[in-house]
Amino acid sequence: MTLWSRRHALGALGAAALCGTARAERFAGHYQPQADLLADGVWVVRGSDAPIGFDNGGAIANSVILASEAGPILFDCGPSQRYGADLSALARRLTGKAPALVLISHLHPDHALGASAFDPALVGALPGTIADIERDEPGMSDAMFRMLADWMRDTRLVLPGRRLAPGALTIGGRRLTLYAMRGHSGCDLVVKDEQSGVLLAGDLVFHDRAPATPHADLAQWRASLDQLSAIPHGLLVPGHGPVDRDGSAIAQTRDWLTWLDGALHQAAAQGLDMTEAGDMPIPARFAAMAAARYELQRSVSHFYPAIEAALLPRIDG
Amino acid sequence: MRGWKTGSALIALLAGVAHAATPPDPLHSPMWDMQAERLFGHDTVTFDPRVRMSVPMLAENQHVFPLTLDARALPHVRRIVVLVDLDPIPVPIDFAPGKAAPWLALRIKLDQRTPVRVAAQTDDGVWHVTGVWVDAAGGGCSAPPASRARGDWADHLGEVRGAVWHTAEATRLRFSVRHPMDTGLVDNIPAYNLETVRITAGGEDIARLTVSGSVSEDPAFTLLLPANEMRPIAIAMRDSNGREFSGRLP
Repeated sequence: MTLWSRRHALGALGAAALCGTARAERFAGHYQPQADLLADGVWVVRGSDAPIGFDNGGAIANSVILASEAGPILFDCGPSQRYGADLSALARRLTGKAPALVLISHLHPDHALGASAFDPALVGALPGTIADIERDEPGMSDAMFRMLADWMRDTRLVLPGRRLAPGALTIGGRRLTLYAMRGHSGCDLVVKDEQSGVLLAGDLVFHDRAPATPHADLAQWRASLDQLSAIPHGLLVPGHGPVDRDGSAIAQTRDWLTWLDGALHQAAAQGLDMTEAGDMPIPARFAAMAAARYELQRSVSHFYPAIEAALLPRIDG
Repeated sequence: MRGWKTGSALIALLAGVAHAATPPDPLHSPMWDMQAERLFGHDTVTFDPRVRMSVPMLAENQHVFPLTLDARALPHVRRIVVLVDLDPIPVPIDFAPGKAAPWLALRIKLDQRTPVRVAAQTDDGVWHVTGVWVDAAGGGCSAPPASRARGDWADHLGEVRGAVWHTAEATRLRFSVRHPMDTGLVDNIPAYNLETVRITAGGEDIARLTVSGSVSEDPAFTLLLPANEMRPIAIAMRDSNGREFSGRLP
């Protein structure tokens, strides 16, 4: 491109901005996280069930606050410095103490980047998740800044300073059991609060909100759901969607994953391309699931080329 | 030369002289005027909803953005191009459908938020254009392909996969070829891409594709050939190093 045409293009860009087609700078609002009491000393802070977007500031994942004598324990801490700080302030208002520990369930930025608001020594994750964060979080952070702009202000990458191990963990008199699983990502932390029986499933369970699959291994994920079902528990807090009060969310997540896997293979076997697969009918039983079409189209992007490569025969030579 | 052309275009504009009338762009793209002049020259251009394109609601992966185009509602389509206004390689595909339907599914790279358009030229020379803005993260054309990062691209270069499906309406042909589709925009990796694809049935020409580096790595195409096409189908491809690849379906 010549210098002149580049200038011309920039001039036209200014004109386009006046037409309202280019996106102007927008300023973030306020998160205002709300805590719902689930059991004695256990609160859930619900995320929006929508896709990540500027309108929700990326606050789409659920967080949990657990009271302890040493200070509240947080399970997942949102997408940004500001969300982490707001969640910390909320936990302090509820318990009268500063957070003692922040548990990160897995690497995804809507759960992990809020760690920016905390001392890294207070942030704990399984070793597999720490490695995942070290490898992938810079790229995911870039994507979050691109989508969320001002909401992400001051958010820094924090590598969890505390390496967790599966098994019992007691903090300030609060007895937790930690489980290391995988399938939604390469390493998924599940926590059971022994006093209330509440199970914090992280993103291994989605409830009335379609599962996201950017790092998923569907077979391992289903095996983890079997493991989860075998843990005696009361209420279950999914990573996304409402608290599961009737024990249906694990089965619903499994149902979606099984349908998705079969439907993508069937689409590839029928010779559909990616856009056609992304437009396939979604069974009526998933009608109550938020973001179903959105996540189906993401999953097509994640899985389809490999499924095709496995299904289509070689025709060269 | 460029300066003179620019000057005369400006004079024409100021004098109000009618000149290669491209209609105002409904997408208000900053690059439309330049791209349209380059691509369509003095041909008549019209924005026409009969040209359809189907894309996902988000660009989950800017290296592999699927697009299905459909100009079957137009009569006598002779050529279809995809135009990505803000890509450094703005025309990923130039498709001469020949005896195939003016319909194609493919995957392209997006280097940033950009209009993505389909332009179909009918036998009277008129270009019929449709398009949408697609929001995409950067780097679709300027990050190395996955097979370069893995280091195994040469082990699989030219592997062709494919199949046909017979339906009442068409003979659906899908095929893919392993190729890094290097754009030349990545440090120390020169441009290296598939350039031409020719599809024949029983030796008879069916369709041709001219392909550039902004088609995704390991290109995959779907075409609709006439129904009940039972002759052997051959796919002959050549890349920018002159290397040839072929596929054959009985």
